[in-house]
Amino acid sequence: MKVRVTVMLKEGVLDPQGKAIGHALHTLGFPGVNDVRVGKIIDLDVDGTDRAAVQKQAEDMARDLLANLVIEDFTVEVLG
Amino acid sequence: MKAAIVVFPGTNRERDMAIALRRVTGHMPRMVWHHETDLTGLDLVVLAGGFSYGDYLRCGAMAAHSPVMTEIRSFAQKGGHILGVCNGFQILTEAGLLPGALLRNANLRFLSQDCHLRVERADTPFTHKWKKGDVFRAPMAHGDGNYTADQNTLDRLDGEGLVAFRYAAPNGQVVAEETASNPNGSVNSIAGILSENTRICGMMPHPEDLVDPLMGGVDGLPLFEGLVEALVR
Repeated sequence: MKVRVTVMLKEGVLDPQGKAIGHALHTLGFPGVNDVRVGKIIDLDVDGTDRAAVQKQAEDMARDLLANLVIEDFTVEVLG
Repeated sequence: MKAAIVVFPGTNRERDMAIALRRVTGHMPRMVWHHETDLTGLDLVVLAGGFSYGDYLRCGAMAAHSPVMTEIRSFAQKGGHILGVCNGFQILTEAGLLPGALLRNANLRFLSQDCHLRVERADTPFTHKWKKGDVFRAPMAHGDGNYTADQNTLDRLDGEGLVAFRYAAPNGQVVAEETASNPNGSVNSIAGILSENTRICGMMPHPEDLVDPLMGGVDGLPLFEGLVEALVR
């Protein structure tokens, strides 16, 4: 099954990359960009057919390795 | 003092560290490859700088889960002394042996320059050759050295005196908002921290690169001399 883990910096953690991109968008003339946050998408192809089990396994992976919970939050989406 | 330096794929400052350790002990430290699992007989384990595992995922994230880290955890639990410099500091935070995390430098630039560090406490194995408030020069070379932690952790670090070094101006003044003295934007200008038992120290700048007049100075030497004195047996 395909499962997608999205990792984002926590609210309140400074995201200098996002700031720089926001600044560049402003320079390019795109109006109304208030905030830009940069994250990671990690797509996994894993064995298993039980959506709940796959979801749980991906959450464990995120907690153990894919995200650093000191500075990052994650979401898991089973894509099927 | 029996010391070892852990070498991961992508570690590249292990020879600088070995020179610093040889200078104070008179012999070369043991080099421990990341697959090794035997740390018996050691007084000090050093995690040196570099780009372990290519900084994939996050700096230090892969190294924190490599086979040798299980042994390093148990070495720490037994009261062993650990020094992590630069990528070594990142690995220690990723492994949960020190609190907080290292973010991308606030100005997004890789910073290769000298900085000044103020010694925040002088009663630890790593800092006792200095006096509290002493300032010394240290080279820094990193892209992700912007220390951060949640407010509870910061309060605890301050309350329990677990900040070892802060980025400072040459006169010792610490102003976290000032890029000149706090180049990577670290919260509260934190450059190096200690574990609760003060036996684990992680820091971003490189004291090992100023240990000989031929390197341009000996500002970093007190750290290594202090370790030898503290860990003599």
